[in-house]
Amino acid sequence: MTIHANDNRSREMKPPVASEGVVGWIRKNLFDGWFNSILTLVVLALLVDVVPPFVRWALIDSHWLPSGAGCQEGPGACWSVITGNLRFILFGFYPHDLHWRPLLAMIILVALLFYSRNRKHWHKALLWSWVTGMVLMGILLRGGVLGLAVVESAQWGGLPLTLLLAVFGLTGAYPLGVLLALGRASRMRAVKTLCIVYIEMIRGVPLISLLFMSSVVFPLFLPEGVTVNKILRAQAAIILFTAAYIAEVVRGGLQAISRGQYEAAESLGLNYYLTMRLIVLPQALKIVIPPSVSILISAFKDTSLVVIIALYDLLKTTKTALSDPKWMGFSAEAYIFLALIYFFCCYFMSNYSRRMERELDRNL
Amino acid sequence: MPEKQPQTRESGAPIIEIIAMHKWFGDFHVLDDIHLKVARGERIVICGPSGSGKSTLIRCINRLEMHQRGRIIVDGIELTNDIKNIEKIRAEVGMVFQHFNLFPHLTILENLTLGPIWVRKVPKKEAEEMAMVYLEKVHIAEQARKYPGQLSGGQQQRVAIARSLCMKPNVMLFDEPTSALDPEMVKEVLDVMISLAREGMTMLVVTHEMGFARSVAHRVLFMDYGRIVEENTPTEFFNNPQHDRTKLFLSQILH
Repeated sequence: MTIHANDNRSREMKPPVASEGVVGWIRKNLFDGWFNSILTLVVLALLVDVVPPFVRWALIDSHWLPSGAGCQEGPGACWSVITGNLRFILFGFYPHDLHWRPLLAMIILVALLFYSRNRKHWHKALLWSWVTGMVLMGILLRGGVLGLAVVESAQWGGLPLTLLLAVFGLTGAYPLGVLLALGRASRMRAVKTLCIVYIEMIRGVPLISLLFMSSVVFPLFLPEGVTVNKILRAQAAIILFTAAYIAEVVRGGLQAISRGQYEAAESLGLNYYLTMRLIVLPQALKIVIPPSVSILISAFKDTSLVVIIALYDLLKTTKTALSDPKWMGFSAEAYIFLALIYFFCCYFMSNYSRRMERELDRNL
Repeated sequence: MPEKQPQTRESGAPIIEIIAMHKWFGDFHVLDDIHLKVARGERIVICGPSGSGKSTLIRCINRLEMHQRGRIIVDGIELTNDIKNIEKIRAEVGMVFQHFNLFPHLTILENLTLGPIWVRKVPKKEAEEMAMVYLEKVHIAEQARKYPGQLSGGQQQRVAIARSLCMKPNVMLFDEPTSALDPEMVKEVLDVMISLAREGMTMLVVTHEMGFARSVAHRVLFMDYGRIVEENTPTEFFNNPQHDRTKLFLSQILH
């Protein structure tokens, strides 16, 4: 063993050709053998072909004035479609002079998210600040109290609506998914069957059909005169859909907990509820953070499907802005902007989850 | 030494009474007509070849396994399907496992206080003070704020013993407590168990540590094929085994 290790060290100590500095790095990572060298050259050629024109289009020749002056003549990107419609894309038909309210609501949300990141803040107070924050955001959006003018939910739109659907969708879906997973792992035959049927049925149906059902079919079953808010119906569909996927992921986590953990908890006299709450779920949910976040990210993007039931989420407001003849032909710019917003949010989520895993790492 | 002497078993009602108990795993008859009375303060070592049903026997006593025929009465309460009774008995009966089964997401101190706080409804501060006393007893108080993953196997098993003791049990069950340990850590765990025995705890220990059986047990049971084949005082058991299977087992285990 030791001789072998010494061997390695002496081999390492021979002066390498050039393994350090820029040249060394390039040699090692880009021109390591003829195949890699060819690949490097091909990629370089492609980049030269693509990057400079894109930079010229996106930055050098581009137009930024909200009026859209010069857009029709020049070859460059017309970012005016964004600057000219920014407030409409972000807030939809929300009354123009009240835009500060959804903006404030979003700031509260982001602040809460950042505050919750630190394990030191995980006390009962955090739960209450979330409850307060949620109520406050609702009040800000809806109005009607504290002298705030009422804004009907039909006027809500843009980024606040997307975030609303996502945040409430995910906070609603997660507990429901955990319950479904526990139900599916249950020894009670009826509960188990019910959960399996639910999960398999929901997973076998596309989200779009659920959204259609919630907006077209569901109202048919309501007594005359009773209506349920359209956003609420879409929200319910998203929750029911996402919960089925979360249930399966959490079930995987439950299976990873050894029989011994249950037995240790039971032998202390803990009942089923306490065993799950104190011993099994904390460990199982930690294990399934990465796959859960995948589901949350895709659920976040899936909220854009509500366009098909005519809710003015971020995608729909963008499309509406583009339907103005003045901005015909500039959809690329608008969609790039949209993609950046979605990317930013999703990247934030995946970063958030990685940080969460670090905080919870306990030498398992 | 006085603590080696078996107590008179007739003093008071038995704390555990098992009458004509049977258990099957599918077609396999794991426990076959078990009769056992354990007096308060009695210490019993159960040994036998693997698959003989010794672990299953003690796991039936706090109903981690369900028996299918016969009766088990623990501290005056009969084990039935009544979940409240089962939970009551489990709180009275401590259990130490082969693989420790500490809760890896909780600190050592939290592992110890969990049962008292949630099952016994002891105030948190009081539970922590008590936990420190027991950690002191198993010589591991300085590790209270660490997580189980940061401790050696022997330390973890001592924590597991302290965790059971925090529930102030009347009986302690040990399911091969030293089998998963590195050899050099066996002694520290056995020492803790011996000091527990000196305090008069009722103990049922499944183990192959024959030295422990010799010095601590009042009775040694030998099990094979789901039956209690032989039971005797340690001296008689080791020096004068009656059964052929006992002799064979002892010859294999004592080199």
